[in-house]
Amino acid sequence: MFPTPIEKRHHNRQLAYKVVVPMALLLWLLPLIAIFMTSIRSAADINTGNMFGWPSEFQMAQNYIDVFRNSEAATYFLNSVKITIPTVIISVALACLAGYALAIYRFRAALPLFFIFVAGNFVPFQILMVPVRDLSVQTGLYDTVTGLVLFHAAFQTGFCTLFMRNFIKALPFDLIESARIEGIGEFKIFWYVVLPLVRPAIAALSVLIFTFVWNDFFWATVLTQGEASKPITAGIRALNGQFVSQWHLVSAASLMAAVPPVAMFFLMQKHFIAGLTLGAVK
Amino acid sequence: MTSLKTKIIGLLAGLVMTGSAFAGDLVINFDDPNPAPKAGFEAAVEAFKAAHPDVNVIVNINDREAHKTAIRNFLSADAPDITAWYPGNRMAPFVDAGQFEDISDLWASDANLSRNFEAIKPTMTRHGKQWGVPYSYYQWGIYYRADIFAKHGIEEPKTWNQLLSACDTLKANGITPFTIGTKYLWTAAGVFDYLNLRTNGYEVHNALTAGEIKYTDDRIMATFKNWQTMLDRCSFVNNHATMSWQDAIAPFANGEAAMYVMGNFSVAAYKDAGLTDAQIDFFQFPSITPGLARAEEAPADALFIPSGAKNKADARKFLSFIARPEIQGAWNKTIGQLPPNSRAPINKADKFIVEGFETVSTAAGLAQFYDRDAPAEMASEGMKGFQEFMINPDRMDRILQRLDQVQKRVYK
Amino acid sequence: MNPETNSDQSQSWHRANRQKIAPQKIAPWLFLAPALLFFAVYVILPIFQSLWISLYAWDGIGARQWVGSGNYVELFDDYRFYTALKNNIIWLVLYMLAVPAGLFVALFLNQNIWGMRFYKSMFFFPFVISQVVVGLIFTWFYNPNFGIIGQVWQFFGATPPSILGDERFVTYGIIFAGLWPQIAYCMILYLTGLNNVSSDQIEAGRLDGAKGWRMLRYVILPQLWPATFLAIVVTVIGALRSFDMIAIMTQGGPYGSSNVLSYFMFEQALSEYGFRMGYGSAIAVILFLIMLIFISYFLWVMYQDEKRG
Repeated sequence: MFPTPIEKRHHNRQLAYKVVVPMALLLWLLPLIAIFMTSIRSAADINTGNMFGWPSEFQMAQNYIDVFRNSEAATYFLNSVKITIPTVIISVALACLAGYALAIYRFRAALPLFFIFVAGNFVPFQILMVPVRDLSVQTGLYDTVTGLVLFHAAFQTGFCTLFMRNFIKALPFDLIESARIEGIGEFKIFWYVVLPLVRPAIAALSVLIFTFVWNDFFWATVLTQGEASKPITAGIRALNGQFVSQWHLVSAASLMAAVPPVAMFFLMQKHFIAGLTLGAVK
Repeated sequence: MTSLKTKIIGLLAGLVMTGSAFAGDLVINFDDPNPAPKAGFEAAVEAFKAAHPDVNVIVNINDREAHKTAIRNFLSADAPDITAWYPGNRMAPFVDAGQFEDISDLWASDANLSRNFEAIKPTMTRHGKQWGVPYSYYQWGIYYRADIFAKHGIEEPKTWNQLLSACDTLKANGITPFTIGTKYLWTAAGVFDYLNLRTNGYEVHNALTAGEIKYTDDRIMATFKNWQTMLDRCSFVNNHATMSWQDAIAPFANGEAAMYVMGNFSVAAYKDAGLTDAQIDFFQFPSITPGLARAEEAPADALFIPSGAKNKADARKFLSFIARPEIQGAWNKTIGQLPPNSRAPINKADKFIVEGFETVSTAAGLAQFYDRDAPAEMASEGMKGFQEFMINPDRMDRILQRLDQVQKRVYK
Repeated sequence: MNPETNSDQSQSWHRANRQKIAPQKIAPWLFLAPALLFFAVYVILPIFQSLWISLYAWDGIGARQWVGSGNYVELFDDYRFYTALKNNIIWLVLYMLAVPAGLFVALFLNQNIWGMRFYKSMFFFPFVISQVVVGLIFTWFYNPNFGIIGQVWQFFGATPPSILGDERFVTYGIIFAGLWPQIAYCMILYLTGLNNVSSDQIEAGRLDGAKGWRMLRYVILPQLWPATFLAIVVTVIGALRSFDMIAIMTQGGPYGSSNVLSYFMFEQALSEYGFRMGYGSAIAVILFLIMLIFISYFLWVMYQDEKRG
C-alpha cells in the first residue's frame, strides 16, 4: 500500500492524522454546510443579514414545504423523474445490444464503429444544439419530456456502448464459443449467456446515467420552455428568478434537487465507483 | 332549477351568438406567472368569458425569460391565437418575418381603439400598420427614500445641479446616493436612456436606437460625460455587477442608499422589503439641458395575434375587449401600472400611479426603453458597454468606438 | 448404420453450417441497428448539419441566406471571440490542477483508519451534485455583501473583492468553483488506481531504498498511468464543456469578460438577444475543432491499447 499505512507510523502521527482528516473534510464541505445552514434559517434572519450567526429559529421543515407550496418545484421534480428513468432504460438497453455486437463479432467495421461511439461521446454539445433543437421543433417534440428522453438516450448510448463493449470484451470468450457449438441462436446467446454476466455493468451504468441525466442543465435549457416539461435543474434557475434575495428558499430548493443523485450514490456506491473508474486500472 | 336556468341561458346565448361562425377554442400564451400580473390577466379573461360564453379560452402562462425564447418556436411550430409581446423594435423581427397578424382593420373599425390610444399608437405601428393592442404601461423615474431626504433637509431635485448637490449632502452623511443592480444589464440602460433623453432629447434617443447617429457622436459623448459626472459626484453602490435589480433593493431598504432609477413595477418589491408608503416617494428624472422638451421612458406590454393563429375572429374580439376602458382600468389597478387607454380610470389611491400618470400624460414623447427601441443585438452589446462604463469610466472612448463597430454590422 | 439416416445427418450438418455463417454476418448489424440509428440521428448527422448551417445567416424563423465563409470572417474579427478563446485556454490550463490535486487528496485518504469509507464518500460528494447547484452555492459564497468571502474580509476590516463582478477575478472565481467537483472526480479515479498498485513492486522499491517522493515518482505513478489518462480525459472535456457554471454564475459577465466559447455560442444562437443560428454554429464548429484535437489524441491512445490487447 502507498503511502505507508498510518498504523505503521509513530503513535503521535496516527493521532494527528485522525484529527486532521475530519477537519479537512469539514473545510472541504464548507460551502455545502453553509448553504444547508442557510436553508434552515427564517426569512427574518436573511433580511437582517444574520447569515452566519446562530439561526434565530430553525425552520427546516417550514422552508422546504414553502418551496413546494409556492412554486412549481413538485412539477419540476416529477419531470426530472419522467425524463431520467426512461433515458436510463433505453440507453442501457441499446448499449447492451451494441456493446455485445462490437465485443463479440469480428467484422471490419467493428473498431471504427466503436471509435465513432467513443468520439461522439466527447463532442461539445454546442455542435449538436441548433440541429437537434430544429429537429425537435419540426417533429413536435420540442418542450416535451419525450423529446428530452430521446435525445439523452441517444447521446448517452455513446458512453454506455463504450462501457459495455469493454466489459463484455473482458468476459471469457469460451463461454460464447461453446454456446455456439451447442447450436444456440445468436440472440439466445446474448439473452441467456451474456446478459446475466453483465448485470454489474448494467447496475453501474444505470446509476451513472441517472446522475448525468438528472444533473443535465444544458439540454433542459435548449429543449424545454414551459412548466410541463422543465426538469429540476432548469427549474432551479427559474426558482432562483422567482425567489430573488430569498436565499433560504433558493438554498432549500437547490439542496432538494441534489437529493436523488446523492441518495443514488450512497445506496449504490460500489456500482457507482465501479462505473466511474472503469479503465482507471488495467 | 338553477342548472336548468343556466342551460337555458346558455342555449339562448348560443342562439344570439350564432353570428360568430368561428366560435371555439381561443388559446392565449401569457408571460407573467407572478401573483399580481397573473391575477390581473386572469380577471380580464374571466370578464371576457362572461361576455362571450361560447368561446372556450385556454390560457398558458410562462415566465418572462422563458417566454422570450419560446415565442420563436411556438410562432412557427404551434401558434396560439394570442400571445403577449412587446411593441417597438422588439416586435420588428416578427412583423418583418410575417409572423404577426396585421390588425390595422381592428384599430380603424373599433371606435375605442381608434379614439383612446392616440399617445401609444406610434409604438404599436410598423410600416404604417398596427400589429397589437397594449394592455399596460408604466413610468420610470427616480424612487427615493423620503424619510432620508427629510432627515437631511433635501428637496426633490428638479434640475441636474440640484440632483448633484443632493448627492453631495447624502455622501457627506455617509449614504450612497444611488443603488442599482446591473447583473442583468438592462437597469444600466434605464440610467443611460434618462441621461440621454435629458441631455439630447427624444429625437436623439430615436435616432441613436434607429442607428442613424454614431455612439462617438458629440451628442452621445456629452451624455456619457454627464454620466461620468453622475458616477463621480453621486456614485452608485459597490458590487452592482453581481446584483439583480431585486438584490439592489437591500441597500435601499436598509438606508445605505437613497435613490433608485427604476420602473414603477418595483414599488411592490420595496414594500415587500419592509418599506412603507411614507418612506418612499417618486420624482421625475431632473432636467439637464435647459429648455429641452421632457420625454419619458414608458415601456408598454401588449398582446398580438400570430399569423398562424387558428381562431383570428375570436382573437380580434378578445383584443377589442381588453382595450375597453373599464377592463384596462381594473387590470392595471391589480398590477399597479397605468392603462394605455386614455379614458380608463386610474387608481387614485395609489400615489405612485397618480404621479406616474401625471408624468407620462404630460410628456412630450414616450420612449420604450433602450433594449426595446434598439435591435436585439445592438441592445445586448450596448448594455454590456454601459455596464463596463459604470465600472471603468476611463474606457469611455474604447467602449464607444466598439459600439460604433457593432452598430455598423447590425444596421446593414 | 442406415445409409439414409447418415445422409440425413450430413444434410442437416450442412444446413446448420450455412445457417451459422449467415447469422454471424447479419447478427452484429441487427444488434447494432437501434443504437446506430439513435446515435446517427441525434449525434452524427447534427455535426454535419451544424457545419452546413454555419455557412448561412439564419435567425431561426425566416429563410436562410447563404453567406459562405462570412460567419467565420466575422468571427475572426470579433473581439468577443478572442475573449472567449482566451478564457477557454485559462480554463484548460487551470482545470488541469484537478489532476494533481485529486492525486494529492487520494494519497492523503488512502489509509485504513476507522470510518475511512465514510470520509472517502464525503470527499466525493461534490461530484454528485449538479453543477447548477454548485454554481448557486458559490455565487452565494462569493457575494461581497453577505457571502462568506464578504464576512471574512470584513472580519479583517478590509473591503471584500467583488469576485464575480470584477473582470480581473471572475474567470478564476468560476474555475475555482468548478475545480471543487472535478478534484473529487480525479480523487476517486486515483483511489481506485491506488487500490490496485502491486504491493510486490512497492516492496521491491523499498528494498531499493525508494521512499516518499522517489517511490511515488518511479514506482507508483507509472502504475497509475491508466487513472491519470482517464483523469486528463475527463478534465479536458469538462473544461471545454464548462457551460452550466457560467450560465448560472455570470452569464458571461460582467460585460462579457467571463465568456467561454460554449456559452458565447449559446448566447449568440439562443438567448434573449441572440438568434444568430449561423453565427452560433460557426462558433460551435471552432469549439468542435479544438475538441477534435484532443479527441484524436484520446482515440490514438485507445487504438494503441486495442492493438496490444
